[in-house]
Amino acid sequence: MNSSETMSESAGVSDPGYRSATPQPFYWSVRRELWENRSIYVAPIIVAIVVLFGFLVSTIGLPERRRAILLGDPAKARAAIEAPYDMAAIMLILTAFIVGVFYCLDALYGERRDRSILFWKSLPVSDRTTLLSKATIPLVILPLVIFSIVVATQLVMMLWTSLLLISHGMSPASTWEYVPLFRNSFILLYGLVAIALWHAPIYGWALLISGWARRATFLWAVVPFLAIGFFEKITFGTSHFASMMKDRLMGFAPKAFSFEMHSVASPKLTPGAYLSSPGLWLGLVVAVVFVAVAIRLRRYRGPL
Amino acid sequence: MATIEARGLRKTFGTTVALDGINLHVEEGRILGIIGPNGAGKTTALNAVLGLTSYEGELKVLGRDPWTNRDELMRDVSFIADVAVLPRWIRVSQLLDYVAGVHPRFDRAKAESFLARTTIKRTSKVRELSKGMVAQLHLAIVMAIDARLLVLDEPTLGLDILYRKQFYDSLLNDYFDRSRTIIVTTHQVEEVQDVLTDLMFIDRGRIVLECSMEEFDSRYLEVMVNPEHLAAARALNPLHERAVFGRNVLLFDGVGHDQLERLGEVRRPSIADLFVAVMSPHSQNVSVSASRQRGEPAGQADQVGAAK
Repeated sequence: MNSSETMSESAGVSDPGYRSATPQPFYWSVRRELWENRSIYVAPIIVAIVVLFGFLVSTIGLPERRRAILLGDPAKARAAIEAPYDMAAIMLILTAFIVGVFYCLDALYGERRDRSILFWKSLPVSDRTTLLSKATIPLVILPLVIFSIVVATQLVMMLWTSLLLISHGMSPASTWEYVPLFRNSFILLYGLVAIALWHAPIYGWALLISGWARRATFLWAVVPFLAIGFFEKITFGTSHFASMMKDRLMGFAPKAFSFEMHSVASPKLTPGAYLSSPGLWLGLVVAVVFVAVAIRLRRYRGPL
Repeated sequence: MATIEARGLRKTFGTTVALDGINLHVEEGRILGIIGPNGAGKTTALNAVLGLTSYEGELKVLGRDPWTNRDELMRDVSFIADVAVLPRWIRVSQLLDYVAGVHPRFDRAKAESFLARTTIKRTSKVRELSKGMVAQLHLAIVMAIDARLLVLDEPTLGLDILYRKQFYDSLLNDYFDRSRTIIVTTHQVEEVQDVLTDLMFIDRGRIVLECSMEEFDSRYLEVMVNPEHLAAARALNPLHERAVFGRNVLLFDGVGHDQLERLGEVRRPSIADLFVAVMSPHSQNVSVSASRQRGEPAGQADQVGAAK
């Protein structure tokens, strides 16, 4: 396969003069997604900047307040000092979810709308590789992006606080003691993985709708669930379906963590409970089915 | 092995028949032009060849089934489906990176050298390029792929005459060799007349006419008939008759040059002339009887008649 470069001018079928590095369709397809969808990292960065700006404003008069807090109950002090850091992480995790869902809703729809699917399909990249690279974005890339942005944001917040305290002749130790960055990062990473896997069927569903609908992907993705929920409520007066949906959105938290009542200490990690919950595995099976259907759909779909 | 081998290729959309059981046999090294009115089934036929649509019947492209093996087939097949299918958000450099990353037969240096002849900047996004430049870019990529079959579906639609000319010139001079096969559909038939080696007219999902260009040149002649010979000329069963500047121009299939020369000024018809002749409703009977008379295979004559 690796013939000399000088032959490339007279390339023909009988004499393959191209230089052939091993093709890496999956790797390049993921990069392609990042080129096209810059919101994957731009949106979290904007949210991080807003969070930092809000934090900056909130630190006006911080040294005085810090003095007062440290005189009181240590548990309360810890909660007060830690709160903005948790807030920043939660905001960014929420951003990741929104970006991920909208990314998936457009992933197979956009290429049909702008007809570029005809170009992508002219290359030796299978529908499966394409779909897997697209599913990688919300399941792997976004959690990694969010992890780095959260850690960077929290680091900036801590450095800023420390500078502020030092400039007022105080020790920054209280911040570094109550906000254990390393441990928090570990919890964050664990949480992000737990959330991504729990939400996998949601992303899978969005990909499927994105490959199927001819317009209004968001409505097609959401309205059926609202309709079923209302139908159940009106007909039977129950809301099992609604609570199922709520569990799919939020259910990772009670499985992956154990929050001690009335405690402000960091939550305990319960990977055992998480991994043994049927909801996780059922969700993953459903996600695989959705993605498989989306792969199949892409084969049949052309430009809109 | 033929590049494309189709038997009874059929495709329906609901009650509309897009392809009505066509047989196709394209040998390596040919440049086949598929000409037909809008909605004749050209694009459907190409889509079947490219694995973009399912079909009934038998179809092998380079020995593979395109519908189940599209990604494998695309190592050996390139296509330009339309002038505007390159993603508008992508940068030229990213496009080259991507194709180089996924295509085992893409020669990046070659693509770069084609691009060097244009004014396209590597840092531009596709949306910033003019329509003609997008076509140049796509062609540069496709020509740098060492494919065995190139499919072009209206590749020059909406381009100005300079770009169109350049497009086919590059294709012939820098890309085509006897080991490749090209299939092209276009409405701008004049531009491909001297490019093609084979010609096919398709209408309502059926092949109406199929011939090599050598055959085309030897079979079809057009005569601007002198008025006094008009009756004699009509007696020779012309395929088609039209009036130009008050003179009658008759198109003949398989009538000798010497015989026609006595009737008026003889010239080689364009593909467009023949297309009009074959497709016009009133010429059908003439056309069929003309073929019959010369003892043409009944199949083709039937196809002409049946398609009407």
